[in-house]
Amino acid sequence: MKASTVSQDQRILDRNTPRSLTGSEMIWDACVLEGVTTLFGHPGGAILPAYDALAYYEQHRLLHHVLVRHEQCAAHMADGYARTTGQVGVCVATSGPGATNLVTGLATAQMDSVPIVAITGQVPTHLLGTDAFQESDIVGVTQPVVKHNYLITDVADLPLALKEAFHIAREGRPGVVLVDVCKDVQIAVGEFRYDMEISLPGYVPYPQHEESNLHKAAELINRAESPLIMAGHGIHLAGVADVLRHMVEKAEIPVVTTLLGTGNLPETHPLSLGMGGMHGEAFANEAVQSCDVLIALGMRFDDRITGRLDHFAKQASIIHFELDVAEVGKNVQPDVTVLGDLAVTLPALNELILPNTHPEWIGALAGRKEDSARVDILTYEVDELIPPFVIRQIWESTSQRKSPEEVIVTTDVGQHQMWESQYYLHERAGMLLTSGGLGTMGYGLPAAIGAQMAMPHHRVWAIVGDGGFQMTLQELATVQQEGLPVKIAIINNGFLGMVRQWQQFFYDQRYVGTPILSPDYVKLAAAYEIPALCVKGPEQVQAAVQAANDADGPFLIEFQVKEEINVYPMIAPGAAVDDMFRRPKAQIVQANGGVTPAF
Amino acid sequence: MKYVLSAWMRDKPGVLHRVCGLLRRRNFNIDSLQVSHSEEPGISRMTFVVDGDERVAEQVQNQMTKLVDVTHIESLSHTPLIARELALLRVSVTVQQRAQVLQLVEIFTAQVVDVSRTSMLLQVVGNQTKINALIELLQEFELLEMVRTGPVAIARKGSDNVLEEDIAMNGGSPN
Repeated sequence: MKASTVSQDQRILDRNTPRSLTGSEMIWDACVLEGVTTLFGHPGGAILPAYDALAYYEQHRLLHHVLVRHEQCAAHMADGYARTTGQVGVCVATSGPGATNLVTGLATAQMDSVPIVAITGQVPTHLLGTDAFQESDIVGVTQPVVKHNYLITDVADLPLALKEAFHIAREGRPGVVLVDVCKDVQIAVGEFRYDMEISLPGYVPYPQHEESNLHKAAELINRAESPLIMAGHGIHLAGVADVLRHMVEKAEIPVVTTLLGTGNLPETHPLSLGMGGMHGEAFANEAVQSCDVLIALGMRFDDRITGRLDHFAKQASIIHFELDVAEVGKNVQPDVTVLGDLAVTLPALNELILPNTHPEWIGALAGRKEDSARVDILTYEVDELIPPFVIRQIWESTSQRKSPEEVIVTTDVGQHQMWESQYYLHERAGMLLTSGGLGTMGYGLPAAIGAQMAMPHHRVWAIVGDGGFQMTLQELATVQQEGLPVKIAIINNGFLGMVRQWQQFFYDQRYVGTPILSPDYVKLAAAYEIPALCVKGPEQVQAAVQAANDADGPFLIEFQVKEEINVYPMIAPGAAVDDMFRRPKAQIVQANGGVTPAF
Repeated sequence: MKYVLSAWMRDKPGVLHRVCGLLRRRNFNIDSLQVSHSEEPGISRMTFVVDGDERVAEQVQNQMTKLVDVTHIESLSHTPLIARELALLRVSVTVQQRAQVLQLVEIFTAQVVDVSRTSMLLQVVGNQTKINALIELLQEFELLEMVRTGPVAIARKGSDNVLEEDIAMNGGSPN
């Protein structure tokens, strides 16, 4: 490296010395100073000056740009990157269609509290508002789906906007911030510094908790006979999964998680009841309906977890630990609220929780755990290929090779997503990346790419459906261009499976718009030079998954599974938790010895 | 039930859009909304009236708090307050009827701000009850045109001399 280069790098890493930069350089300097290493984006006219400036940062390995095939996937990749690292993910797009294509990905991240900064190019300031070529009001368009956004029309405003953008995206409840930069601003030269104070009097990322409420909560829990914790994404975001584990072991409190809270307590832990809600195990929902104190930690009482609100945990006193003040009382009115950062409030609660046992309560739950998908799968006699069996095999094969800290699973949305949550036992929080809030099909593959970019040595499995995969399969080119060893499992049942299930249950089996044709996925993968297998029978599953896990590079497996099977149990949308469709015993799944069941 | 809230926000481009967008997408019902400068440079003050129950009013407040540009928000619903709005009312009045209208103007401490051979333009300031009452009485004549600001509100400091009408700012018919 030449001496001049070294001094240039130092120049970029120096946040205190004001310097004269173009708007484009300011964007990338800010990214470097924020610790960003990877950008996901797609160039175009209005963002070209920024891309031109990016050459320098790529050459000096300060930033790496991943070219996506559709901007929606740039946002999903930044999302996968952010969920995996806990850092802010950055995606880049041009004005107009580039920016509007980002929207689904940004909305997905915002709903799931994922920190993203989106940089978009905008037409030059003198053309703003003229319906210029590739002009769209992306600040207006994204306003309902972001935490905050900026339109920058003066280079003097850019440094502070960038610093605020990262601050707002990361601090408090994480979310999405979009910075729309006019093309002439990218070219203009201004003074850049990064040591300025941020003054946002209206932004209180971490509200203070009231000590008295914390004590009330602890008292209720200490006195409870059948306490239950419902642990959400907030536990992982605050990094307190270990505190949770310590606390529940000390006081013998069982734990139900939300979908995004998967792994907050290892799913093989005796106190884990897995996921609750619409497709949670019957015993998990029964626990919610029979506990006397429900302790909700960092979750927002989504309708998919509560079902009909006036029937939800109606016998229980509800304690809500929450960072976001607007989530308190939005859906469920808690009896005790502890506002604030779980990184502060949970350790404080743990101090106040006394060692305890609840033999009667735990005993009752243990009895119910026999009615479980995870038990059924162990007695399943293999003759047809069904998705639970496939997912179980992926879990077994992968966890034999890699420790739980090294395995990331991403999913799309639908039946396979719910089967993943039922049959893949996650030992760590934050290792399942899935679109929980928005329910975005097509999320799986790009999120896997983002995760693999962040963690090159982790094993990343994208478990996707034939419907969702066909929404973003163009990113196979990105997998290959970046040389990523992502493993892809397509659960192909020839239907938009979850929609079909609803049509079966609620629309007299009229399968309108749900039968879906797939291409020959093995040939498709071959076109991208990605090795692939098609699996049609249960006896082929193990070898195929092993082949994927053994491959150094990417690998794709199409599982042609039995078409019309359903996810059980199911609580119909808007129904009470007590009214659930249970798994018909006739359809009990079978057999796979040698594995210790969770329950 | 109607709730009066005051919000202070940074005077930034698009801030009104952010607030209105939030109210719309959260499905809140807004009766009226007023924005103006506040005593602090760079900070605008908004008065708005929400239609709903206590929970809705609290949600509006909490959701609004999350907007980065909103620096502060306060519910005035449980405090004695002064709420005033201004209305301009053009009434069809013959020369013979003028005296009658002027009588009403006097009773309501309104003002005549424009007059023609066939009409009068009245300006009235007060709480909604008072303005509603004047409009009601003007029905006798033909109301040609009307524009109202919607209330602006401020909390009382001396609460000893609270007027009933100031607490129930939205008393009488809703509009």
